[in-house]
Amino acid sequence: AEVEETLKRIQAHKGVIATMVINAEGIPVRTTLDNSTTVQYAGLLHQLTVKARSTVRDIDPQNDLTFLRIRSKKHEIMIAPDKEYLLIVIQNPCE
Amino acid sequence: MEIIYVYTRKRSEFGRPCSFSDRPAVVNVDIPPDPSMASNFVLRNPVDSYVQHTSDMSEHEVNTERVEVESRGVNHVEGGWPKDINPQEVEQTIRFRKKVEKDENYVNTIMHLGTLMEHCVKQNNAINIYEEYFGEEEMAEVEDEPPSAKTINVISKLTSFFDVLLSKRDPNVTKRTATHLSWHPDTCKKLAVAYSSLEFQQNVKDMSFDSYIWDLENPNKPELVLKPSSPLVSLEYNPKDSHVLVGGCYNGQMAYWDTRKGGLPMEVSTVEVSHRDPVYGAIWLQSKTGTECFSASTDGQVLWWDVRKLSEPTESLVLDITRKGLLENALGAVTLEFEPTMPTKFMVGTEQGIVIACNRKAKTPPEKITSTYSGHIGPVYALVRNPFYPKVFLTVGDWTARIWSEETKESSIMWTKCHLSYLTDGCWSTVRPSVFFTTRSDGTLDVWDFLFKQNDPSLSLKVCNEPLSSLRLQDNGCIVGCGSKQGTVTLLEISSGLCTLQRNEKTLATAMFERETKREKILEARHREMRLKEHARSEGQETEVEESLVEDPQEVLDRVRQEFFEVIEAEMQRRARAETQGLRGKVLGTAWTCNRSRDSLPRGGGQGSVSVFQVKSRAGEEASAQEEESQLPKDKEEEEEEKDAA
Repeated sequence: AEVEETLKRIQAHKGVIATMVINAEGIPVRTTLDNSTTVQYAGLLHQLTVKARSTVRDIDPQNDLTFLRIRSKKHEIMIAPDKEYLLIVIQNPCE
Repeated sequence: MEIIYVYTRKRSEFGRPCSFSDRPAVVNVDIPPDPSMASNFVLRNPVDSYVQHTSDMSEHEVNTERVEVESRGVNHVEGGWPKDINPQEVEQTIRFRKKVEKDENYVNTIMHLGTLMEHCVKQNNAINIYEEYFGEEEMAEVEDEPPSAKTINVISKLTSFFDVLLSKRDPNVTKRTATHLSWHPDTCKKLAVAYSSLEFQQNVKDMSFDSYIWDLENPNKPELVLKPSSPLVSLEYNPKDSHVLVGGCYNGQMAYWDTRKGGLPMEVSTVEVSHRDPVYGAIWLQSKTGTECFSASTDGQVLWWDVRKLSEPTESLVLDITRKGLLENALGAVTLEFEPTMPTKFMVGTEQGIVIACNRKAKTPPEKITSTYSGHIGPVYALVRNPFYPKVFLTVGDWTARIWSEETKESSIMWTKCHLSYLTDGCWSTVRPSVFFTTRSDGTLDVWDFLFKQNDPSLSLKVCNEPLSSLRLQDNGCIVGCGSKQGTVTLLEISSGLCTLQRNEKTLATAMFERETKREKILEARHREMRLKEHARSEGQETEVEESLVEDPQEVLDRVRQEFFEVIEAEMQRRARAETQGLRGKVLGTAWTCNRSRDSLPRGGGQGSVSVFQVKSRAGEEASAQEEESQLPKDKEEEEEEKDAA
């Protein structure tokens, strides 16, 4: 229930286009987009997160990845990684 | 010959100790020299022999095999569901999802990540974290660096892919000239190149007819292969619709492609009504339907087409300057020029070195040809209008490049010195009005900036060893593509000094063009005057021709000499006056003292006042030698341009 609330709150913010929760195997547990797009994002972003995390830890083993932001021309993809799950939010930053 | 010495010993004496004793030398064999054998040998004198004291070295070459790389993407279609769940079954997936959501770990994780994410989302909404402060800072304006250019990409047709394909049929890969380049109108990341062999009647049987569209990201493999029925000599993207291209073929036909539909032409014009010679120029016209184009060829015709119906041209014009419309007298066209802002006028550059300006909307065909400009000794290979000053155009042909103004028909207003090799193509810069590019047949690309240096190109680059055949500048003005005779297309990026508009550049360029135009007009008027006088004199003095034959040349000579000096004096005075005016920072222009009305437009701020004056004129024939004035009506648009630029 709290989970629902949190996700709903995030989705309600200004500019947020989509929210997704993906588990470590690439299965979308919760998503506001259609399945095929979600699965595409899941596959690609998961690999990217793993790579980013390994990069950070290679440079400094005490360090770890907390957040990943990808800003593109059209919108910004924000990824909050965890050991098992990934929370992905796509937002259109208002400028 | 064998020499044998036998030493014998009795068996019973083997093993006995040796007792040595001295004995005088005994000759066993004596072989005297045999002179008859000398005839088997030839005396050699001198004998060459060499001695070297170095270590032995050997040379080896190693080159890796060329690897073809291709970019591919993988599309992940369905996630990693556990084995017992069938992803197609909606119920099972829903059940799985619900199970995951009830997991405590999940709840904790999401709460934690949720707060983190919310923080960032709010941050994004609050301010633009990538905002650039002080973005409008004025950069230093003086470019001290010397102009330069560097090659960013070389597109060569020969790749291993093609080697494999063609080697099956023929080991030689015939190289064709890149005759025409056209940039994609929107993205500028694609380049359409037409390849054909322009050697006279040298059609090798296995020469492929294809022309390619290259994507700059991938110089090894063309994005699209266009397959016409005969090699393309010219190729143009439609500036309105970036998927459509029109091409002129070597055999005179016109073909039209849609890149969404593949490499075969959508439609080809019928052979009977097409040109009879290669189509050297094909340009799209500005029309409501966006499907009209026209083409020119060395058979002397200019034909207008509607690409929806290429079975016959909509209109045609014969380039006969005697205005009789006879095909036999027609001049062969080599280049075509069209400016979208003046839709009824266009210009044709011919093989004979004459540029013809034509008006499409004239009532009768002979009147379509409005004027001619002659001045080149060889074919006019390029004809381009200045994008900033449509009345000024550049022609490239024989060993020089010339700049013309539409008003002076007798000669060009500016020209370069004669080079050592043919000039093959040229174009103006799209961002700077005083910069233009030319290519030469020794493989050099010249960049001219005539506000900086007028005698020499400001930058001269050797692009390749073979002649360069075509040149095209991208719309942003920074990247230029040149095609060579062997089919290699080189892309160069020129330094920013040559592609950013300098301060005052527009005003200076305008002033320069005006000055030169005026000079030419004066000379033209004077010539006309002299001719008229000659004419009048010869008509009136026909009876006295014989007596005055001795005097006339001398008189003529004196008169010409005097007038020549007068002209020089006037020029020098004018130049001195112009320089003093220029030093004060005003617009460079000449002012004749009589009959002048001045409209000055005062401006607050800026760089001094811009004064526009109109100089009245009288017809050249009537004016006397001292008081000649020439008219230079300034268009209101040019005034506004200056106001904006200054």
